[in-house]
Amino acid sequence: VHQVESIQPEPESSAAPAKKLGRAIVLTSGKGGVGKTTTTANLGTALANRGATVVMIDADVGLRNLDIVLGLESRVKHHMLDVLEERVTLDEALIPDKHSDKLFLLAAAQSREKDEVETEKMKALVASLRERFDYVLIDCPAGIELGFKNAVAGADEAIVICTPEVSAVRDVDRVVGLLGNRFRPQLVINRLRPLMVKKGKMLSVDDVNAILRLPLLGVIADEPEIIVTTNRGEPLALRKESPTGAAYHAIAARLAGDDVPAPMPPAAKPTLLERIGSLVGRKRP
Amino acid sequence: MIEFLKRLFGQQGSSATAKERLRLVLMTDHLELAPEMIDTMKRELVDVISRYVEVDREPPKRKDATPAAAAKAGGAAPPVRKRRRRKKAASGAPSPAPAAS
Repeated sequence: VHQVESIQPEPESSAAPAKKLGRAIVLTSGKGGVGKTTTTANLGTALANRGATVVMIDADVGLRNLDIVLGLESRVKHHMLDVLEERVTLDEALIPDKHSDKLFLLAAAQSREKDEVETEKMKALVASLRERFDYVLIDCPAGIELGFKNAVAGADEAIVICTPEVSAVRDVDRVVGLLGNRFRPQLVINRLRPLMVKKGKMLSVDDVNAILRLPLLGVIADEPEIIVTTNRGEPLALRKESPTGAAYHAIAARLAGDDVPAPMPPAAKPTLLERIGSLVGRKRP
Repeated sequence: MIEFLKRLFGQQGSSATAKERLRLVLMTDHLELAPEMIDTMKRELVDVISRYVEVDREPPKRKDATPAAAAKAGGAAPPVRKRRRRKKAASGAPSPAPAAS
């Protein structure tokens, strides 16, 4: 009898239906500093809040950051390379989140380098995580070298993060090309300033997507409270009453397949000039 | 009205410049065109256009000439002075579109 290759033991109960594989989603951008880690932390928090089981992998070997954004830096005992090199089990390395029992972090090795990760092992790790979690979110390092390739290797979906800047748009365009046909990346536009867009001083959502032409998950405003929440290690998605926190929840809902509109930052308040303009305009017949 | 006021107060956005620059750079990225090749292309385009009209090849030196404006002026739309008079019997080439007057 032909033996089907299986690393994982068969489930004990044969009556239990085969568990659907979770989704492995890489969050990438090419350019650094556009908000990949912040988006991963907030999206993970929002997805877990919906009841999904989520694991976030910090794939930025050597520049560990997802732990500190989530406020979990003091809990990191083991990291991804410990698992890949079989020093600890996966369960020993998974760090539970402070706020949700459905959310876990697999931290990056801080004192190692990206080329020490074997692509095939990384793929196997993501595959085994997909059997246990509904979502595997992979926080990709900046750049398009081996770190990027390893982060992408095990993923079957991609979210690209872009800010409304020429450099970020160009890099996302390049990354989408590198991702190739295996992916149909979805877009998150981050750090939009509605007032600047209105004044014609910043690329608009339409401007960016006229170039990238990707399915839009949502738009996040450039909000000071994101910096404040990052300072505290408490993702903004924990606060649903905040418009930006709610935007992350809407993005999570869209990712999960809910038919809700892509969140947009609130429109900029009319400027003094426009208020004068509309007053003058009203007097005309 | 708002547009008029904006013009009055000299409000000029830079997002249009960003769009234009992105469009050009992504075109060259996708085609893997070297910048020199773009320059050659521009020169040859101007050569073709100058067969029909008189073209000012020197980029305009003005106080308000930003790099973007200069690129626009010296790039895809070379400043045209006037239509060249062509001899009717010169060639079988299609005659140029009549200049707007």
